Amino acid sequence: MFSIEKISGVVHTWLASHLPARIALLSEFVIVGILMISLFAFLGLVLVFMERKVSAYMQIRLGPNRVGPKGIFQTLADTLKLILKEGLRPTGADKFLFNLAPYIVMMVAMLLMAPIPFARNVQIWDVNIGVLYISAISSISVIGILMAGWSSNNKYSLLGAMRSGAQIVSYELSAGLAILSIVILTGSLRVSDIVASQATGWWIFKGHIPALISFVIFIIAVTAETNRAPFDLAEAESELTAGFHTEYSGMQFALFFLAEYVNIFIVTAIGATLFLGGWMPFHIGGWEAFNHIMDFIPSSIWFFGKTFFLIFIIMWFRWTFPRLRIDQLLNLEWRYLLPIGLFNLLLMTVIGILGWHF
Amino acid sequence: MLEEIGTTEQGDLIINVGPQHPATHGVLHLVITLNGETIKKVDPHLGYIHRSIEKMCESLTYRQFIYVTSRMDYLSSHINNHGCALVVEKGVQIEVPARAQVIRVLMDELTRVASHLLWWGAMAMDVGAITPFFHAFREREMINDIMEETCGARLTMNYMVPGGVMADIHPDFQRKVKEFVTEFKSKIDEYDELVTGNIIFQSRMKGVGFISKEDAISYGCSGPVARASGVSCDIRKWYPYDCYSQLKFEEVIRTEGDSYARYLVRMEEMRQSLNIIDQLIDAIPEGEFQAKTKAVLKLPKGEFYTMVETARGEFGVYVVSEGGTTPYRIKFRSPGFSNLSALDHMSVGGKIGDLVATMGTLDLVIPDIDR
Repeated sequence: MFSIEKISGVVHTWLASHLPARIALLSEFVIVGILMISLFAFLGLVLVFMERKVSAYMQIRLGPNRVGPKGIFQTLADTLKLILKEGLRPTGADKFLFNLAPYIVMMVAMLLMAPIPFARNVQIWDVNIGVLYISAISSISVIGILMAGWSSNNKYSLLGAMRSGAQIVSYELSAGLAILSIVILTGSLRVSDIVASQATGWWIFKGHIPALISFVIFIIAVTAETNRAPFDLAEAESELTAGFHTEYSGMQFALFFLAEYVNIFIVTAIGATLFLGGWMPFHIGGWEAFNHIMDFIPSSIWFFGKTFFLIFIIMWFRWTFPRLRIDQLLNLEWRYLLPIGLFNLLLMTVIGILGWHF
Repeated sequence: MLEEIGTTEQGDLIINVGPQHPATHGVLHLVITLNGETIKKVDPHLGYIHRSIEKMCESLTYRQFIYVTSRMDYLSSHINNHGCALVVEKGVQIEVPARAQVIRVLMDELTRVASHLLWWGAMAMDVGAITPFFHAFREREMINDIMEETCGARLTMNYMVPGGVMADIHPDFQRKVKEFVTEFKSKIDEYDELVTGNIIFQSRMKGVGFISKEDAISYGCSGPVARASGVSCDIRKWYPYDCYSQLKFEEVIRTEGDSYARYLVRMEEMRQSLNIIDQLIDAIPEGEFQAKTKAVLKLPKGEFYTMVETARGEFGVYVVSEGGTTPYRIKFRSPGFSNLSALDHMSVGGKIGDLVATMGTLDLVIPDIDR
């Protein structure tokens, strides 16, 4: 059966037998790095294409259908155009910060790829504080956005960055609390442990209603954190034209764009890992034959299936809902989501201590 | 850095919204003063699409000047033409045949539905929902096809002439309108499900952009904007023209005066328009579609004023005649201009998002404001 684990094993043994140990390790680093960057670019292309097709479906359109069969090369052509375009910088912009901002935003997205388990035993860095690492690193992207908004010397950008700062800092809390409730059930911050604990069933089923509440809060919070509609106030097209990246063009704009889509992938991948069992197949206790059939599906397919399902839900939000206003957005977080999240965490602790979960 | 960014003496931010901005739906230019996100002042700057239509009309004959008016409120072009045809008919005293009257009213109401459809999509886009726009255009396309068959145009119709309509309706007209009405009745419920009932949409709309009845009157608001504040001002009811006096329909009035009320008024108006179309579509009388008129029309010396209810409100045509073949002076009273003047009053104290939502529910068409 096809599995990434076996392929990587073959590559590892081949390298180890042909090269000295240090060079083998170094070349493995390089291979993994190249693979990750390609995955990063590939995800950007696929997700942009997916969004265009999903939106087209919801808007009774066909979507891109000219470049390549069914238009699959459309995003590739767009990327080519963006690379060839001149990157303009407005006069009066802070040159250093203006150029730095897109790289910070993209770097954050890349760093977040490290602790995500893509399949059984396929994980770049299984750090013992994996979940904490994710929450910590994902907060840094707001610095890039603030930098972009401030250095552009544009009032729309400034307003967009201001909104984005308030929004991301607020919704971090809810996302963190939702993640914490799963950590309580698992008793470990290590991502691989969290996945392993779901071998008998996913936490969304095993953790009763509190897990479900956490899941809903998590989805709302990460939608806000990635600046997606209905929380896309930072770029609110009808109000602020393009928000914090109004002044960016060419590849610098493309980096923001790419980072946005990869961020969606990452947060949904984390959601899938924490709540839907990551690469774990769907198991029902006692149904041996059923479980065996489910095991037959490769773990990477399980992981990407769950992630893309969540991505579809987030896209569905975007193409259905109107946008919130900034004060309503902050009200929602501080007056509803945060208290509910805290209470839910308490409930989860009680359930965890009494062992009421399955 | 703040010195480079335009600020007032109190340290408030001054922002140009427009003339190129996604929310202004055209070349409207708003200079807004902001304290953080809160709006302190909205100052509309007009004139970016001024074509001096009123002056142009002075050198055009009474048959010709109607065609220019299609370019004003291009979403209500039938109704603009209708108002101008009425003023000429009033001056020359032409009796419009019954068939022509019914066709005119049918076209007016179809135009009203089409205009409200575009407003609905564009307004949803202003508050951040992009999908409704495409759904609205799907239905608007059906109306445009109907118009194309009968009038030969899809946007600037030029179908109404003094004394009736330019040509008889297409043989398929009745069938297609009926098809549209049946389909649209279910679609409008779908719209309610998609947008009206949405909790985010309601929270964006309720209590936003409030204008009281007294203020609405003193700003000269008309149409759905005034009716949402409780002002009864439907020209079709108060000063019925053509066959409106024989029709049964309700003037939609709400008293809340906020954006949500304006939204609901327009949604209900679409239903009322369908109601009117239902009454008329099977009762188009036989006969002439155009009255016999002289080749050269001359209005007697004097002043003439007629008004019609467009999708945006009261559209008035004021003609001063010296007895010649062209008007001596002409003035259009466009609904958008007065409605826009209330924007500052409505949006001060709100957020930027409120300004955009309020502007959406005012249903501004810039060429109508600038002329």
